[in-house]
Amino acid sequence: MATATYTGTEKPNYLNWKTTVASWLLTYDHKRIAILYLVSISIFFLLGGLAAAFIRLDLATPKGDLLTSDIYNKMFTTHGVIMIFLFLIPSIPAVFGNFLLPLMIGARDVAFPRLNLLSWYFFMAGALLVLIALFRGGIDTGWTFYTPYSSSFAKGEVSLAIVGVFLAGFASIFTGINFLVTIHKMRAPGMTWFRLPLFVWAMYATSLIQVLGTPVVAITLLLVAVERTFRIGIFDPNLGGDPILYQHLFWFYSHPAVYIMILPAMGVISEVLSAFSKRRVFGYHFVAFSSLAIAIIGFLVWGHHMFSTGQSMYAGIVFSFLTWIVAIPSAIKIFNWMATIWKGRVHWDTPMLYALGFMGLFVIGGLTGLHLAAMATNVHLTDTYFIVAHFHYVMVGGAIMGYLAALHFWWPKMTGRMYPEGWGKLAAMLVFVGFNLTFFPQFILGYMGMPRRYHSYPEEWAVLNVLSTAGSSVLGFGYLLPVIYLTWSLKYGKVVTERNPWGARGLEWELVDPVPDPHNFERIPIVTRPAYDYAHPEEPTGFVPKPRPVVVGGKDG
Amino acid sequence: MAGHSESHVHPVSLYTRTLWWLMALLVLTVAAGFIPNVPNWLGVVIALTIAVWKATIVIMNFMHVRFSGKLAWLFAGAGFFWLLIMLAFAFADYVSRPWEPFHGWPE
Repeated sequence: MATATYTGTEKPNYLNWKTTVASWLLTYDHKRIAILYLVSISIFFLLGGLAAAFIRLDLATPKGDLLTSDIYNKMFTTHGVIMIFLFLIPSIPAVFGNFLLPLMIGARDVAFPRLNLLSWYFFMAGALLVLIALFRGGIDTGWTFYTPYSSSFAKGEVSLAIVGVFLAGFASIFTGINFLVTIHKMRAPGMTWFRLPLFVWAMYATSLIQVLGTPVVAITLLLVAVERTFRIGIFDPNLGGDPILYQHLFWFYSHPAVYIMILPAMGVISEVLSAFSKRRVFGYHFVAFSSLAIAIIGFLVWGHHMFSTGQSMYAGIVFSFLTWIVAIPSAIKIFNWMATIWKGRVHWDTPMLYALGFMGLFVIGGLTGLHLAAMATNVHLTDTYFIVAHFHYVMVGGAIMGYLAALHFWWPKMTGRMYPEGWGKLAAMLVFVGFNLTFFPQFILGYMGMPRRYHSYPEEWAVLNVLSTAGSSVLGFGYLLPVIYLTWSLKYGKVVTERNPWGARGLEWELVDPVPDPHNFERIPIVTRPAYDYAHPEEPTGFVPKPRPVVVGGKDG
Repeated sequence: MAGHSESHVHPVSLYTRTLWWLMALLVLTVAAGFIPNVPNWLGVVIALTIAVWKATIVIMNFMHVRFSGKLAWLFAGAGFFWLLIMLAFAFADYVSRPWEPFHGWPE
């Protein structure tokens, strides 16, 4: 019990009740594991961002004066592998999913706390192997590890990196299993499926993808390592293998992986828009089911990554059609969010700025995806900077904006301190402007035919590339600011004394203390109201039942 | 846990039987590889059938799905269904590659 070991003078919360290093590294508390993930992925984000800075600096001149072509190849692989496997995929699920899910559904922890900690250790072991591979000469396969280059020709520690990604993949599976069981089995009394916050629905859909898709990419990458090490023909045509088979297996996971990144961000946006408009999310059921629809249909579209690989034209037609279909649930979300804000009492705080930024950038990312879903335009645009711009609008403009919205929204709940609002707004603006300045020119470059993954280019594309590099410096500054002021706020930020500084709805805001107790709830609440019940702000979402009176005497006494 | 069998303790014999079944199927897989004059497609069918058999034994006994509620069955079934989606769509590509929209296409 918390009180058994706690000897401080402050009221115990999950941060201060034990402070040794071992108490953090051996913790089963979902909130502490979330913090472990937060610290880890923040470091990886900075490393991946550093690689991106080198890429953009090199592209500032047409001849690529900063890096050699070999180093450039290793740099974009480093950027891709770190950002996707070590930052984006664990970002919102492992940090905010872990921290919030039990709080939001009225549980004391996730279903399997030990598995939760094991997930972090698997993630860190995988990350360590990836970093060793990257620092021991690096790898130049791109984050996609396409065969036969990766399995037969690439130099460097490709197998080591693959084993690292394999381990990180299992961390993701563990998180997914944990969340699925937690949501099914550990909801508080009265917390029916349609009273769940939409963030929980999003995490449920994400977990489905993690559990059903990740094993496929894990084994596929392991097969690459097997082919590379033992020369067993699986994907290399010279050994009797089939490289297109690799792409089928890889994209079966890696396209839904985009939804592992974006669905949790969508869940965050539902929470933030509702809280800062003081309105129930419009079309709650549609938004909830659209998460499931994205997760399921998202598994049927992977072939749009392979239109120009020699894939059957008929398969291409089917994949193209299904890709258009998956845009529908995304559009449902956008329209419902707009209706949520409509006539709401909008508050322009930092999380809201990020949420609005998400909506704008995600719409551009989504609509340009439709250009790529159409086979005719895809053939022209594939492997150009149009693709680079498109997926950055979705994965950075979407997922990272959602991540930053979440970080600012729940920061007072996680740390008990408030960040400086003025700096927060400035950073949100810089990120939005810097992002568009970086990536919008890349749509034009791609349309003009500039291929991705080249470190030099003709002079006529110099202006747009310089614009993009200039934008990336603004973006980089915009990302560094939160690192600085959030770290500063841990010591100097205003102490949060009220448990619900945003006036938001949800069980996590109705805990007794501003920072959660190690066990979340003294007694499990009984939920009586729907999510986002802003029409009745005086009514709590759930009430805490009184303890049963202790009967002394009688036949048991 | 709701839907789970009342007892969480299963006899060791369950696991030893599972082990022996898996060993027997392993021998069968190797033996099938040595049958002469088996067409390639039949070899694949035999190997996949034995593989599915092995996987089913592991899922049912070792992973306790046999003793679990409907929800566990649903998720185990979903795993198989997703595998089917992957195989069906991927094989559809291979099967339909030679199809011609009209005679002489694409020349």
